[in-house]
Amino acid sequence: MDFGLSHEQTLLADNVSRFLQDRAPLERVRRFAEERRDDDIWQGLTELGIPGLLVAEEHGGVGLSCLDAAVVAEVLGYHVTPAPFLGTAVAAPIALAAAGAAQHERLAQIAAGRLRVGLAVGEAIGTRADAGVTADAGRLSGKALFVTDFPADCYLVADRHRRLHLVEANADGVGTRALTTIDRTRPTGELVLNGAPAEPLGDDPALLERVLDVARVMLAADTLGAAQSMLDKAVAYAKERRQFNRPIGSFQAVKHMCAEMAAEIEPCRAMIWYAAHALDHLPDEAHSNACQTKAHLAEVGKFVAKTATEVHGGMGFTDLLGLHYWFKRIGYNRQMLGAPELLRDEAARALGLYDTA
Amino acid sequence: MDLSYGPKYEAFRAEVRDFLEKHRDQAPRSGDGLRSERTLAWQKLLIEHGYAARTIPKEYGGYGAEPDILASRIIAEEFAAAQVSPGLGGQGISMLVPVLLEMGTEEQKREFIGPTLRGELIWCQGYSEPGAGSDLASLTTSARLVRSQGERQAERSSADGDEWVINGQKIWTSTAHLADWMFCLVRTEPDAPKHQGISFLLLRMDTPGIEVRPLVDMTGNANFNEVFFTDVRVPKHQIVGERGQGWLVANAVLKHERDSLGNPDATLSRLNALIALMRRETLDGRPLIEHPVYRDRLMKLHARVTALRCNDLRILSARINGGDAGLARLIVKLQGTELRHELEGLAIDVMGELGLAYGDNPYLRDGGSWQFQYMFFLGLIIGGGTSQIQKNIISERGLGLPKEPKVETR
Repeated sequence: MDFGLSHEQTLLADNVSRFLQDRAPLERVRRFAEERRDDDIWQGLTELGIPGLLVAEEHGGVGLSCLDAAVVAEVLGYHVTPAPFLGTAVAAPIALAAAGAAQHERLAQIAAGRLRVGLAVGEAIGTRADAGVTADAGRLSGKALFVTDFPADCYLVADRHRRLHLVEANADGVGTRALTTIDRTRPTGELVLNGAPAEPLGDDPALLERVLDVARVMLAADTLGAAQSMLDKAVAYAKERRQFNRPIGSFQAVKHMCAEMAAEIEPCRAMIWYAAHALDHLPDEAHSNACQTKAHLAEVGKFVAKTATEVHGGMGFTDLLGLHYWFKRIGYNRQMLGAPELLRDEAARALGLYDTA
Repeated sequence: MDLSYGPKYEAFRAEVRDFLEKHRDQAPRSGDGLRSERTLAWQKLLIEHGYAARTIPKEYGGYGAEPDILASRIIAEEFAAAQVSPGLGGQGISMLVPVLLEMGTEEQKREFIGPTLRGELIWCQGYSEPGAGSDLASLTTSARLVRSQGERQAERSSADGDEWVINGQKIWTSTAHLADWMFCLVRTEPDAPKHQGISFLLLRMDTPGIEVRPLVDMTGNANFNEVFFTDVRVPKHQIVGERGQGWLVANAVLKHERDSLGNPDATLSRLNALIALMRRETLDGRPLIEHPVYRDRLMKLHARVTALRCNDLRILSARINGGDAGLARLIVKLQGTELRHELEGLAIDVMGELGLAYGDNPYLRDGGSWQFQYMFFLGLIIGGGTSQIQKNIISERGLGLPKEPKVETR
């Protein structure tokens, strides 16, 4: 019995963390937010093997587990790192792995950091506005909103029947447009498809479920990292900032806010380890756990984002401190791939608590 | 990450199950009192098999096994799953015995541990006072050493006397009305700084000068009491540790209490009971579980229960590997009791007017346990270090935030 991270997993987190501290500090995040491009960071992460974490070794990847990927996701969230992680390094390797040798070239390109894959599956969770994609004889039509890792070389698209397809960005009938969101560290866009040629990735809707579950746990881990970072900043600030001749962290009103954040965050760590472990080892629990973990982190993240900002007082509200990058990252994670109410409903169904019929 | 217990422990689990299968008929039932024959015989059987008092040395009446966290865990899991009494608990077994093992004299260990484990001695804990709650170290119940009449008549002269004389009052004393003995904190060095002036004494509850008055709590039960001391005389040797060391002893005990509250397995079984309730009870003819608003609240709690269960596994794993889970451990009392209170409260909410039923109401559901536990857990949120004290501990010890500056007191 060993419930926790292995030595290798701790080392992996330390390595990625050290790299991001040196090469992707807040100034670089700010620059990315303006220029929307920073190949150095992705290049550095590629040298650390991040895009190939979930790509099997026979395709040139590292072939690690979902728990390893969650450990990395947490570090990326901690540093609000702008990187095409969710679609490219998480969703695509899982979606393409089923096809095996037929997708060898793409998988190898992903592992080498040369191929970016956007995730266009939001409509599988709930259709907003006029979105929705239909497939007909190998061609896709319709709109996919809030596509991740944008702009990408190709896109994983879910159709209305919960089947996955791969669409090349430069194919005929593919229109793309960037969509501004609150989170400037996660470039997002939309696809407008007009009979665009697509490669189907099988008929089994279970593949989409699997991709969604793994991606949800990664978003939850990203929120955990971002929330932990906000707590660390709030605690540091509360120790340093003085009012009424004493550090504000000595006032119970302030220290209790910090304690409440820690009390909410700490169990999330174990919850994410368990959910990530379940993705690989406990198939019966994987789906409900992924939904519940993401929903729970959305709630804890929201609470921490607000509370940590308040501990910083007026400074927390300014752009000067940059705390809002974490606030917005947590907000983005909350809505993507299922807002908490939808995921709790999904989990209740998965647990057999009620029939939809 | 390895969630398996391994073949050795699975074999042990099978043994425990086998025992439960064979002997569960002998276990006490809900009506059996603490001193009933059935309760005492069951406790004896559990100790013989190492399912109670497992790691207490044999010479003091325990089973004498090496500490093995996983084995203890398996025992707890299996007894809970079989819904069979895991033997006696109470403050004597869970708090005093560990203290005596650590700080008691050889005579004290031999005199008290065995009978306490067997359920022959029931203890109560005399810590809190009307003026000393969260600030326990400011307690004022006094004990003074004096020469007893016997000593005076014998003209033996000892510098400080041979009897403690206790005066003052304790409050929130659970089971004081049933207990044979009390372990308590008293001020013996009035001139020393407050933490260094306290001693840990043991005394018989039938000593003249002790008066126990029951305190009815909001649930309608009277499990705790006020205890008044008027010139209560206790032999000098009934002290644990040295004079003035009582605070150290008390802290060891309080830490133990904090760790044992907020049991996530018990919370899970209440969650399952809540789900069963929501499937069974209806609103406008539809099961409550089908109402999206109630279901969403249920699922929110479900996620929090899962998070705390995972947190508990992390703490367990850290302990097995000789580590300390740090913050993960410090938050357990706060989060465990608050979550449980909310869970019981949700059951009342989903029942609406039915949730108000209490006592002999014919519409009572689940024996009234939801209202009872809802109130009972509010007591646990306050007792054993309030949620606000827990937040001080988390922020000061866990996050390193500065203590509140001391206000000059007189």
